[in-house]
Amino acid sequence: MSDKKTLLEVKDLKKYFTMKGGLLQRQKSYLKAVDGLNFEIKQGETFGLVGESGCGKSTTGRTVLRLYEPTGGSIMFDGKDLAPMSPKELKPYRKRIQMIFQDPYASLNGRMTVNDIIGEGITVHQIFEGKEKQDRIYDLLQQVGLKKDHANRYPHEFSGGQRQRIGIARALAVEPELIVCDEPISALDVSIQAQVVNMLEDLQDKLGLTYLFIAHDLSMVKHISDRIGVMYLGKLVEVAESNELYKNPLHPYTKALLSSIPIPDPDVTRANQRIIPEGELTSPIDPPPGCRFASRCPLKTERCAKETPELREMAPGHFAACHNI
Amino acid sequence: MKTLLEVTNLQTSFFTHLGEIQAVRGASFKLEEGKVLGIVGESGSGKSVTSLSIMGLIQDPGEIKEGSSINFRGTELTKLNAKQMMEIRGNEISMIFQDPMTSLNPVYSIENQMVEVIRRHQMLNKAEARDRAIEMLRLVGIPEPEQRIKGFPHEFSGGMRQRVMIATALSCNPKLLIADEPTTALDVTIQAQILELMKDLKNKINTSIIIITHDLGVIAEVCDQIVVMYGGTIMESGTEKDIFYRPQNPYTVGLHHSVPNPNAENKERLIPIPGSPPDLLHPPKGCPFASRCPHTMEVCLEERPPTFKLSETQTSACWLHHKDAPKVDNYERAEEIIE
Repeated sequence: MSDKKTLLEVKDLKKYFTMKGGLLQRQKSYLKAVDGLNFEIKQGETFGLVGESGCGKSTTGRTVLRLYEPTGGSIMFDGKDLAPMSPKELKPYRKRIQMIFQDPYASLNGRMTVNDIIGEGITVHQIFEGKEKQDRIYDLLQQVGLKKDHANRYPHEFSGGQRQRIGIARALAVEPELIVCDEPISALDVSIQAQVVNMLEDLQDKLGLTYLFIAHDLSMVKHISDRIGVMYLGKLVEVAESNELYKNPLHPYTKALLSSIPIPDPDVTRANQRIIPEGELTSPIDPPPGCRFASRCPLKTERCAKETPELREMAPGHFAACHNI
Repeated sequence: MKTLLEVTNLQTSFFTHLGEIQAVRGASFKLEEGKVLGIVGESGSGKSVTSLSIMGLIQDPGEIKEGSSINFRGTELTKLNAKQMMEIRGNEISMIFQDPMTSLNPVYSIENQMVEVIRRHQMLNKAEARDRAIEMLRLVGIPEPEQRIKGFPHEFSGGMRQRVMIATALSCNPKLLIADEPTTALDVTIQAQILELMKDLKNKINTSIIIITHDLGVIAEVCDQIVVMYGGTIMESGTEKDIFYRPQNPYTVGLHHSVPNPNAENKERLIPIPGSPPDLLHPPKGCPFASRCPHTMEVCLEERPPTFKLSETQTSACWLHHKDAPKVDNYERAEEIIE
């Protein structure tokens, strides 16, 4: 894994949303959705990003694609920084990074046929025309397990799992290198989830794709990812290879998160001693200095309230951001 | 053990302009006092409609069909009129829903909503009802309930709202609590808190619980008895040990293979169930799972399998259990047919 080249390197990425309030909307405060994120993804790798709702994992995915304008930091893709690029400069990179969305009911235009949905990217990026384009669409449909005659139908004629396949075909149409998968399976039924996960794995082997896989279902993320980053309120708290992370979690938040997963095995899950973090997430709006997890952390010391911990390498390839480990 | 609830041959349909959607097509199960029953199934399996039928919340164009029986402590719920049902609903049987964001009324305070429920069913004055509400909020782990009860739903987080829902549902000491996907909308650490709360409550108060979910992990965590639903029918039922360690229905087995085990060391490939669930507008003539099953036989396409009794606790509806069926590994034969 280590000798492969780095495809994406995110350095100190920040995305703040401005919130206005007060009389005449003059008071400004910042929702720090992503606040100083560092990670890299190697070619052909699957990097999982997990965390609870509101931790900024989806914002990270969208900012990497520049669907959101980053507030600061750099997004190095194949050696070039995407963050300061103009839309025109960015266009060739749009083809190389694609996205699969969570909700297959909302992410497909109901007034376009499957043919148009998949073909739009091909036309925009001027890859194929005419018959070649049509053959490419048929080929894509077949790759995601749909039939040729599905091409002229509309999204409402398909089930959730089939729609997600259409979304995947659309992403693949422009031959991307990196695909950001934002909760691609959480809207699907259990028996359909496995179909889609297996397909994503097969496509990765066949096409050499790199995935940034965002999800809150920890067991699925572990299953599909090579490495995993755990996010908490806009920051990465731990990054490690997936087996290592599950066997040997270091950060108190990761420990709590992992012990919260209900395991589909009654004997194991009932014997499981839970570490449940007390309280709820603190607000990401103008967060206090110091460690964001401090208010819920069992290892909290005075230092945690003052100094923000940075990711440190605790073991080879295993990073955690905590003062007390 | 006394039987609290017995559902026999429940059939619930919705008569739409497209035709009759047979959401539940003959479901039978029993719940004993003090137990936790899990109903697991995917979307469209009929699990929520089953619970709404028990609550008497099926509305036009839906209808519980002739021949269905829901017996709750000796009372036939399908025969009750709306007024009689109101006395039972919220008092003896109460329900919590998936989305705690929408099941509380945003314009009334928590106090207002809880006191309303308590006073509707119990002869208490306002102050007594308020004390009762505070006591319930304390039981479900809401800090400073005397202060928090004055708050409005938007001042509570998702996990706290679900706690308020549970407190409200339990405030009249119901005999049965139905929880429809109680943790699906919550984050995993909050889900763990709510599940711990439900386990704790199960020991503290004498209420039977039906949990409806699609998450096998949640089922494994809290349930004593499990019913697996698919295509409006019950595929298999048994204790948690039966369903997780000795599953006898191909659908249950398929469901187990589709979820990754988070404790597995190496990456095993998932074995998905091919195809998609049946259309209940035109339900298949035979077994609803036949088109996706690895063991389909001719009879599966022609006739619905009967429910075979496999042990004192376990039943399964599959033709593989029939004495004339070909022997397939791990699937037992059974003599006795129920129904």
